Amino acid sequence: MWSYVIRRLFYSVPTLLGAALVVFSLFHLVGGDPATLLLGKHATAERVAMVRSELGLDQPLPIQFGHYLKEIVTFDFGKSYTTREVISDRILKGVGPTLSLSIPAFFLTAFFSLLIALVVSYFRGRWIDRASLVFFVVLMSMPGLAYILFGQYILASKLGWFPISGYGSGWSERWYYLALPVLISVFLNLGSDIRFFRNSIIEEITQDYVRTARAKGLPEKFVYLKHVLKNSMIPVITYVVIQIPYLVLGSLLLESFFSIPGIGGITVEAVKNSDFPVLKAMTTVISIVYILTNILTDILYHLVDPRMRLGQEG
Amino acid sequence: MRTSALQKVFRNKIPLVCAIVIGFFLLIAFAAQFFGLASNWDTPIGTQYLPPNLSEFKFWLGTDYLGRSVILKVIQGARVALSVGVVTILLSAPIGVFFGCVSGYFGGLIDELILWFITTLSSIPNILLLIGISYSLGRGMTAVYIALTATSWISLARILRGEVIKHKQKEYLIAAEALGAGNGRRIFIHLLPNVMHQVILSMTFMFEMAIRAEVLLSYLQLGVQNLPSWGKMIDDANGELGNGVWWQLTGATVAMFFLMFSINVLGDYVRDALDPKANI
Repeated sequence: MWSYVIRRLFYSVPTLLGAALVVFSLFHLVGGDPATLLLGKHATAERVAMVRSELGLDQPLPIQFGHYLKEIVTFDFGKSYTTREVISDRILKGVGPTLSLSIPAFFLTAFFSLLIALVVSYFRGRWIDRASLVFFVVLMSMPGLAYILFGQYILASKLGWFPISGYGSGWSERWYYLALPVLISVFLNLGSDIRFFRNSIIEEITQDYVRTARAKGLPEKFVYLKHVLKNSMIPVITYVVIQIPYLVLGSLLLESFFSIPGIGGITVEAVKNSDFPVLKAMTTVISIVYILTNILTDILYHLVDPRMRLGQEG
Repeated sequence: MRTSALQKVFRNKIPLVCAIVIGFFLLIAFAAQFFGLASNWDTPIGTQYLPPNLSEFKFWLGTDYLGRSVILKVIQGARVALSVGVVTILLSAPIGVFFGCVSGYFGGLIDELILWFITTLSSIPNILLLIGISYSLGRGMTAVYIALTATSWISLARILRGEVIKHKQKEYLIAAEALGAGNGRRIFIHLLPNVMHQVILSMTFMFEMAIRAEVLLSYLQLGVQNLPSWGKMIDDANGELGNGVWWQLTGATVAMFFLMFSINVLGDYVRDALDPKANI
């Protein structure tokens, strides 16, 4: 087990360095001059040169990359251009709101998708299955932004069931603010999840061992709940687990529209304000957390699935 | 084999209707791009926020905040959306096929390098890579094309690499080698047709993702600048809905919905027709 963990961590070093290199080249080689961005078009040449040396932009690229790696290791990305806030504080403050939206949405989506997929696949081929399949493709085909706009307008502004936006100050009122974005998030993902789960379950039903179970006279309910369900959970769990790294990113659009001060909201704000260092820091930090979460889910998976463990030791 | 799969898809009425809908959108986009359909979208035709009325075609979906015809903007939006989808496919499918085939077929150091590159790029969340690239290259269509191409080829290359490795040891390729076929011939004449279904499926997926991404980039003001797009129209609606102006949002949403729905359904039928397991 430990040898696997160490090997997995060791293999992730080139990926981490590669990701840092991609983000660095994206923002330092291709992107516009941050000094001009910061000062505007009408700045004098001396002012630009001063800011450039202040930001270390006049140094050779390998040294700049070294600075960038140091920023990552010390988790110190300087200050935002627009709000003058310390970026790392801002990121840390954003984690809570993001997770408080993405984690409930994640579990509710998984729960309802699985429940509906089980019902629908039990009635496979009958009208209820066909009708719901059409309905879920309809759900999937709507533009995501339309869900947010119509949901916010109809359920919050018109009917007043939910607050329009905001995050609340304590947990007693926060759940009330988070209810609508969580609900919309569930609807955004429900269609594709149910379809995937249903297909995994039905694929299992066509296996030979199911025919054997029926042939030896087991009642259909028993076959379905004991044999099919257990085996079809493997692709389902994989599908759910690979979504875990996305939880830290949150939803850019939902957080921005509902004014939730999370990671996604900060990213959107940084893009709209052309806030170069914030955007660079966000891309870097999220990518690293994403890679680390991937490693963690791999290790968890390794622990849970006995077949993978056997494969490693054998 | 592939003709029979296609015949099987279109024996059914539903995928045929979907293909016609997609064809209709392509036709509109083509006419707008090359024959100036709806090119007068930016001249005001009336006062601000006229509600829809059926008196004349350009009033069908009312007017926007500058008194411009919304239906003409929807048509121009189709042009933007489909050109984003088509250009992304045309650019990223060859890149994905090339890297996937080379990496899976030759193995060794080349494979290691390409795999490292793929893993690295896919370890940066897609949305952030998309934003980062189009932000660095400056706003506009070219940046959107490049950003979408740079992010779309990755999954195709990864899938194809796996497929090619599976096929590499099959008898038909060994036979081709025994007959003296070179690497190029073995890849392009023998191997590629047998993994083509994966390429086609990935392409439908890319097409849909590209159009969705355009909406997101437009919302972030990174998308197309001097043409109306569905993303910009949906974004405009943010302030309009509160004043009861629903037609701009509805127009763009409905247009996008029909396109997405047709692609999804057609993609499903194509997948079923190409899936060897479904034939049993």
